[in-house]
Amino acid sequence: MLELALKGSKRYYGWIAFLLVLIAIGFAAYVNQLTVGLKTTGMSRDVSWGFYISQLTYLVGLAASGVMIVLPNYFHSYKTNKHMVIFGEFMAIAACVMCLLFVIVDIGQPQRMMNMVFHPTPNSILFWDMIVINGYLFLNLLCGWTCLQADRQHLPHPKWVKPFIYTSIIWAFSIHTVTAFLYQGLPGRHYWLTAILAARFLASAFCAGPAILVLVLLVTEKVTTFKMPKNALSTLVKIIMYAMCINMFFFLLEVFTAFYSNIPGHMHPLLYLFEHASTGLVTLMWTFVVFAAISITLLVTPRLRNNLKLLPWTLAMLIIATWLDKGLGLLIGGFNPTPFDTITPYWPTGKELLVSMMIYSIGALIVTVLFKIATEVKEEVGHSQKLPCGCSSEDTCVCSSEDDCGCVSEEAAAEA
Amino acid sequence: MKNSRRTFIKLAGIAAAGLAVAPKKALASEGHAPVKPNSTAIHAEHWAMVIDTTKLHTAEAIDKLAGVCHHIHNVPHIEGKQEVKWLWHDTYAHTFPEQENPHLAEEVHERVFPLLCNHCENPPCVRVCPTKATFQRPDGIVAMDYHRCIGCRYCMAGCPYGSRSFNWGEPRLGLDLEKLNPEFPTRMRGVVEKCNFCVERLAVGKEPACVEASEGAMHFGDLKDPDSEVRKVLREKFTIRRKPSAGTEPSVYYII
Repeated sequence: MLELALKGSKRYYGWIAFLLVLIAIGFAAYVNQLTVGLKTTGMSRDVSWGFYISQLTYLVGLAASGVMIVLPNYFHSYKTNKHMVIFGEFMAIAACVMCLLFVIVDIGQPQRMMNMVFHPTPNSILFWDMIVINGYLFLNLLCGWTCLQADRQHLPHPKWVKPFIYTSIIWAFSIHTVTAFLYQGLPGRHYWLTAILAARFLASAFCAGPAILVLVLLVTEKVTTFKMPKNALSTLVKIIMYAMCINMFFFLLEVFTAFYSNIPGHMHPLLYLFEHASTGLVTLMWTFVVFAAISITLLVTPRLRNNLKLLPWTLAMLIIATWLDKGLGLLIGGFNPTPFDTITPYWPTGKELLVSMMIYSIGALIVTVLFKIATEVKEEVGHSQKLPCGCSSEDTCVCSSEDDCGCVSEEAAAEA
Repeated sequence: MKNSRRTFIKLAGIAAAGLAVAPKKALASEGHAPVKPNSTAIHAEHWAMVIDTTKLHTAEAIDKLAGVCHHIHNVPHIEGKQEVKWLWHDTYAHTFPEQENPHLAEEVHERVFPLLCNHCENPPCVRVCPTKATFQRPDGIVAMDYHRCIGCRYCMAGCPYGSRSFNWGEPRLGLDLEKLNPEFPTRMRGVVEKCNFCVERLAVGKEPACVEASEGAMHFGDLKDPDSEVRKVLREKFTIRRKPSAGTEPSVYYII
């Protein structure tokens, strides 16, 4: 099926060329980092992990997000999601690759990275994180590719792939739990030393991940003939809503525990992030709170949630909020105050951002190619295609006139 | 066909010759490490250090010891937040952040305290290291294999005492190459390093360099031996350790 990625419009090739240019620029920054060492980054003796590891943390959430489409389909026979599953799986592949790349660019001696395989160390969570991310990458490649190939040949999905799909659903939860454990068990890092961290990771993954996926699919709708089935989309948005509410609830639990107990170690990181850090960081942390509140308000109000014009903005705000919380604050708050109760500010350098840009571009390239293949196959076999009235062919649809979209939800169709 | 048969016979001949020699070689290296331990080495069941802060409490005195330590271990001098240090000094509040009180004796509050790796009994750095580059020796010392380290810095996140340093850049640029100690290796960029309780000196029967230079303000010995010097001092003087709540059981004790 790979040949489907080779034929495309000028716009498609232009986008790929643009990504390749970004990758090349970022790669130059990475070569510089390889030759002079990680001193090109803003990390320090006190803040020993930075932007790279926080991106890994955020992206495992994106990897795990696809399961929010896959799980209803396979565990609840929610067949409306059927033709969206592949996009969740392909997104997970790109996310896993980005996660692994962020680990590779973060380590000081990348040529020795196989030491983790040659000297397996089960007491280290990093060892297990390597296992679960690679495993999830493999599972999604296997399931996604096999099912899409079967679809293309108008064949039912092979039976042998079922156990792998069920395993991958359970596995999705494991990748986020294990990544939380990476932080969770460390003495002296109070912001991370909380039993609820894995739960917080899952909640934020299941809102931020699908939100990113929906945004990418909205773009896909614009440039291809693919159309998200209305019911599948509205289910996904509801999942995003619940997950975001739970996510913020968990955050408030942390705030309560810290301030009601009055234990300095637990209060200090929160006070630092929201009050004492540099103005820029404090502003960003409050932006997280405000954006989270706005996006929750927009999501819980049915009228605003179902407004497709507003939805991209709501989701963008949610993504920014969760990224500020998990992709920035979590890491900085974990290292500050330092073990000496002092503050060592951290901010990524330009080179660090360039290297990160390279990895995000590689991720975008993988998403582009895989989504191109998936949408081409869907067009060939006529799944989830755009109808003249703007519905998807998977919706129960009465196309009476051009401007009146006749998409009916399944319940309404059943009633009629 | 002819050719390959010839090659095969040749190879078989070489293999047979190898087999004839191999057993001898194999016997020679069997079971034992190829190096013998130094007969003058000193041993302990669990090494520990007691620092008498009534005697050693000025920045100058501690910096002098740090100078000795950093010199013999070729620790690079780097300014700023990416520095590398094995032994250094800090205030009471920074050394014992959870054990501060506002009415502490002024004299104690003004002291500065020497800081180094605690060589914990339950070291979190060893627990989190994904390659066993950081490991605990049978004598309790937490050691580093600088050639095994991949530079993931998980140990730095795991250490609740901030005792580890990372070589963010080329460490040899921070060394005076004229004054290198040829008896101890330098490091490369991208690896973590820290105080090693002078394992290389213990191996030849010497005490750690800082203990030797401290003029009696630091004691070093076997924590498991009731008759050792450290146990004697611990019996006689009140001591505290850093961050007892972390449960790491540091092997460095401070007489206050």
